[in-house]
Amino acid sequence: MTIIHSRYISAGGVALILVFWEVACRLFEVPDFILPAPTVILSAALLKAPLLLPHAGVTALEILLGVLLSLIIALPLATAMFAYPAIERALAPFLVVSQAIPVFALAPLLVVWLGYGIASKVLMAAIIIFFPITVSLFEGYKNCDREYVVFFRLMGAGFWDTLRLLCWPWALPFFFAGLKVGVTVATIGAVIGEWVGAQRGLGYVMIQANARLNVDLVFAAILWLSCMGLFLWGLVGFMERRVIHWR
Amino acid sequence: MLEVKNLRKCFDDLVVLDGFSLTVRRGAFTILVGPSGCGKSTFFDVLTGAVEKDGGQILWAGGVYSHLGGRTAYMQQKDLLLPWRTLIENALLPIHIAGEDRTEARRKASMLFRRLGLEEFEDYLPQKVSGGMRQRCALVRTLMFQHELVLLDEPLSALDAITRRSLQSMLLLLQSEFGKTILMITHDVEEALLLADEVIVLSSFPMRMRERFVLNEPKPRKGNDPELLRVKEHVLEGLQRESFNGMPVYGTAEKRVWR
Repeated sequence: MTIIHSRYISAGGVALILVFWEVACRLFEVPDFILPAPTVILSAALLKAPLLLPHAGVTALEILLGVLLSLIIALPLATAMFAYPAIERALAPFLVVSQAIPVFALAPLLVVWLGYGIASKVLMAAIIIFFPITVSLFEGYKNCDREYVVFFRLMGAGFWDTLRLLCWPWALPFFFAGLKVGVTVATIGAVIGEWVGAQRGLGYVMIQANARLNVDLVFAAILWLSCMGLFLWGLVGFMERRVIHWR
Repeated sequence: MLEVKNLRKCFDDLVVLDGFSLTVRRGAFTILVGPSGCGKSTFFDVLTGAVEKDGGQILWAGGVYSHLGGRTAYMQQKDLLLPWRTLIENALLPIHIAGEDRTEARRKASMLFRRLGLEEFEDYLPQKVSGGMRQRCALVRTLMFQHELVLLDEPLSALDAITRRSLQSMLLLLQSEFGKTILMITHDVEEALLLADEVIVLSSFPMRMRERFVLNEPKPRKGNDPELLRVKEHVLEGLQRESFNGMPVYGTAEKRVWR
């Protein structure tokens, strides 16, 4: 099946769900404060764009800074784990624990420690993102073909030359796979942080709108978040195609 | 001179090399042929340091080494080209790693690319060219090593007959024009007899030298030479016996001189 065909099928599937949703809302006269129809949500998302846009900007900034922070943590961490197996053995339990603790449990603590500003949300997003990036990059390093590694050793390459010229490019597809997962789930971290305590951001808008039974605005914020997630996914995909040009 | 003395390598209870010794003349093209799984590749792994030896000595150019990793050029069946580097960048990899001047090396690589008919493809990625071209590029990379000793582990076995024939003549260049000392493994007895100054026939493991042929016939040789065909038949019969009987032949290697 070609990519174009599969995209048509994907778009057709989404369109079918939306039509079903729209018809069901109209047919059963579901009130907007319970479940607004897709057209109502779309008009809210567009009409209230001046209200939503600044908040979306804040959330986007939190996510981008979260991604940046997680990269600053993940790249050296994965490399150190690869270079020194003792570090991997020592840190593996902490990495798992960092993901086993529900982010909901961490969010109030981070707000207490870092305040209502952007820092707690950035850290929240980073905690969620750094794990898939670290693990995928580390696995990518380990996946490096042994025959190539031996060949590099034969050429007299040291560990860092082998890492730079062989293992890092070899691991790039894994890294981007992790980054794609990371940017997609990053919204969760940022929004949860905003739910717990914030004065700006789409999560803050959702909490406020929900309290006023302004459900169409809640959905509009979700729509903006979804678009943001899709954009980030596409952006990482674009970067992946540019960087991994040999595939 | 490359000298290997009493080399020993075991994998748990399996003794692959047990007192294996070998001498390779400096500047000579020496080829090892032996039955499948007799331990030829393990021997190369030990030589290159890919696996650690359990005993014995490796002497090269007056020094005693635990392995020759970093002191030898190496080419094998798999071209091991990096898919993210162009052919010329792949060829320059040993220079890149050694941190040497790349301008001069690039000139040399370009010259070799021209010699090997790759001049149009310098900036192509490996996956965009044929298997034969990839292997030629790997050969250029082998030539870019500054090392005198070259180890070739079945470098042509994955290629079709025509490409193989043309690359065989290029392997001869390694010796005749670049003065390299070559130690090669092959399954192809005819290839060995066409290229080598010395063919060493090996027994099943523990690997031992079974027979040794010194070939004085000038190169390039012809595959239909009756004397060559006779030696080929003799070697093949010996290898067949090794493969099917699995009976290793112990004792001193018999040395024969062809012409």
